[in-house]
Amino acid sequence: MKPIVVGVGMTKVGEHWNESLKSLAVEASLEAIDSSGLTPEVIVFSNMMSGRLQVQDHLGTLLADELGLRGLPAVRVEAACASGGVAFHVAYNMIKSGIYKVALVVGAEKMSDTSTEQTTTALMTAEDREYTGFYGASFVSLNALAHRLYMEKFNVSEEEMASLAVLSHENGVNNPFAMYRRKISTKEVLESPYVADPIHLLEAAPISDGAAAVVLASEEVAKTKSSVVSVEASTVATDAIRYYEREDLLTFESAKKAFMNAVSASKIEKDQIDILELHDAFTIVGYLTLESAGIAERGKAAKLVASNKFTLSDKPAVNTMGGLKSRGHPIGATGLYQISELYLQLTNNAGKNQVDNAKIGVAFNVGGVGTTTSVSVLKRR
Amino acid sequence: MKPLREVGILGFGGYVPMYRIKDEEIANVWNAQTSGLPVMEKAVPSQDEDVFTMSYEAAKNAIARAKISPNLIRAIFVGTESKPYAVKPTGSMLVTSLGLDNRSLAAEYEFACKAGTEAFQSAVALVGSGMLEYSMAIGADIAQGRPGDELEFTSGAGAAAFIFSKKSKETVAFLEYSVSYVSDTPDFWRRQGQKYPQHAGRFTGEPAYFNHIISSVKTLFEETGLKPSDFSYAVFHQPNTKFPLRVGEILGFPPEKIKPGLLSPVVGNAYAGIVPLGLSATLEVAKPNERILVASFGSGAGSDAFSFVTQEALEEKKNLAPLVSDYIKRKKYVSYVTYALYKGKIPR
Amino acid sequence: MSESVPRYWREIKIRERLIGSKCEDCGRITFPPRKVCPYCRSRKLTEVELPKKGKLLSYSVVRKPPAEFEKYAPYVIGIITLENGVNVISQLTDIDLKDIKIGMELEGVLRKYREEGEEGLIHYGIKFRPRIK
Repeated sequence: MKPIVVGVGMTKVGEHWNESLKSLAVEASLEAIDSSGLTPEVIVFSNMMSGRLQVQDHLGTLLADELGLRGLPAVRVEAACASGGVAFHVAYNMIKSGIYKVALVVGAEKMSDTSTEQTTTALMTAEDREYTGFYGASFVSLNALAHRLYMEKFNVSEEEMASLAVLSHENGVNNPFAMYRRKISTKEVLESPYVADPIHLLEAAPISDGAAAVVLASEEVAKTKSSVVSVEASTVATDAIRYYEREDLLTFESAKKAFMNAVSASKIEKDQIDILELHDAFTIVGYLTLESAGIAERGKAAKLVASNKFTLSDKPAVNTMGGLKSRGHPIGATGLYQISELYLQLTNNAGKNQVDNAKIGVAFNVGGVGTTTSVSVLKRR
Repeated sequence: MKPLREVGILGFGGYVPMYRIKDEEIANVWNAQTSGLPVMEKAVPSQDEDVFTMSYEAAKNAIARAKISPNLIRAIFVGTESKPYAVKPTGSMLVTSLGLDNRSLAAEYEFACKAGTEAFQSAVALVGSGMLEYSMAIGADIAQGRPGDELEFTSGAGAAAFIFSKKSKETVAFLEYSVSYVSDTPDFWRRQGQKYPQHAGRFTGEPAYFNHIISSVKTLFEETGLKPSDFSYAVFHQPNTKFPLRVGEILGFPPEKIKPGLLSPVVGNAYAGIVPLGLSATLEVAKPNERILVASFGSGAGSDAFSFVTQEALEEKKNLAPLVSDYIKRKKYVSYVTYALYKGKIPR
Repeated sequence: MSESVPRYWREIKIRERLIGSKCEDCGRITFPPRKVCPYCRSRKLTEVELPKKGKLLSYSVVRKPPAEFEKYAPYVIGIITLENGVNVISQLTDIDLKDIKIGMELEGVLRKYREEGEEGLIHYGIKFRPRIK
């Protein structure tokens, strides 16, 4: 039995001074619930940093209460930046098991409540505190280690490294929920200051606030709705938490495994993928994901994007609604923004960025430096 | 003083930070004259260095030359006036970081610039009395000088460590005799809670530095019958370039015997670290069977005088660790601004 | 919120002496130490002190530091491959940015990482610098 996506809801991504973590989660949840026309039987809440940034935990229960659904079973899922995809995986399994018929999966993050420095500390909790965080290695600086190694080993220029950010922005222009709706040029990217050499500010996804929610239902319940999007596979794989301990620093084994398992579970072929949502928190993550999944040849992904592959008119089209860079990256919500955007594409509701005849969409949600990857395969039935 | 059983230096090692500032650079900041400056340049510790980290590296070098497992060393004394914690001994931190046995003594000594040699006396006594087989004494300081004050021209940084054991074929030099001489002489001091020391100008010369060194050395000569011609080298406390050469002259030591251990012209006055560093540097050029005089001076005031005689093992052990001259050669000049940042004179 | 003393204290020996685990069954060495070998899942692991010399594998510069390192940026983070093949992550010291080259030979030294403000503990650990000789 394949769980069905029956409704989605998103808030705009941005710096929401007037909104709280709670209010954002409620907004997205109500939109998803209303558009699905169903009442959830269980809530799965995805969030990474509320304990530090809002001094608030127990989020699943908090949301059930806010939604007027006191009594509902509720759980919080955390897997760093992969929280959304992993929460989706949990809900997927809840429905597939037959124990629940309707699940609400919502991701929310409110990163602007604390100073940049404090948010930077909170982001580092994705890494080993005593043997990575202790040394002051910010999350960006760890990705920058991979970025530099990739450039050196495969002879990739700074311009080529910037290409995925340029592509994401190109698409984000037409996404009404995106945080940054303007094009950027390669020159602009390279002239932007370093956040952690060699990663430039415009190659890194912004600190942002937002929430996205998805209602999943069993095939039987979904029969009464007009939704046509099924979840063909939802997989998760992990790797060594300390990036420097990996056997190959330029392969994301977790992405490779999760994708392989998703392909075999969904029985799709790589070349059938119409839309790919890549986790471009940093452009290097996008490239290593493409290569680890075998969609691009090793060392070639950046060069491919730089030569105008993966645009809206290509197959697969990548980050069709702006990806993390342009749409934004409220950590716990990102995985669910990816699902929601795939849903819009597969139901012909993507507006100006609509990919014709989009049938199969795949989302990669990555936590840590390729430490946890969730892969979701959605299909228009 | 002579211990009951003969004590030798089993291993030794120094450390000097990489950065340097020229006295000329400091003079230009304060519109002071650039002639007659007390030293040429001085060592500047990086922002991530302190007396613990410098002591650690000096100790590692000493352990390499001693060729023993660190867990045999059962006493570690650090002489310093700039320990990182006012209360929490650097020695305790060194026990863990160096892998010493927990069943050890550890403490800091304070006696201004002679705290390092003060530590020597105790380390020697524990071995000389038969209480321990191996002990370590370290002199280490990051000297502080108030911006614009005379001391700013000479306040340097450095450390040197000495491992003592009973005299044997493995020791590079043995201790022949030592003297300590002390009186209440307030030439230089720092009150509790104050960041910078005070000094009494010209009073720091004759009644302080010269009186105490001459007293301790003359006592050593009287009690042993030794005279300057018996010594190949003399390491004196060196708050500037001139004083050690002048006291040497008064006592009968020509400059060539003093220069190998005279480092403050290029390192600055590393307070409790400078005489141990000077001794390390001297051992690194000395040959076996040569006699070395060491006379420190600590404000407040006092002087420790020692007579060491080098042994055969010195030749083979010299190159088991980086030389003081290697550290001196390793240098990068910084501007006054960077210097002020590194030494915490600009609060952040 | 004041910082945790026990969390810092527990790791001092491991961080300052670079102590790892060696698997008695497959022989592989890991850092930091652990209870189960990630390669063969053996539980027979013993403590081993790692060499301090190594080569630089990659590096980056932190310009936007976390709150606790605010006073110290910019600083360099590097992955160093030690002489025995084990990778560690650390900061680099005693070197200018322009002189850093991937593959350069480095040695580990004990340095301050940060102070917990004016009143708290001082954090120490190994940093890597160009070899002296």
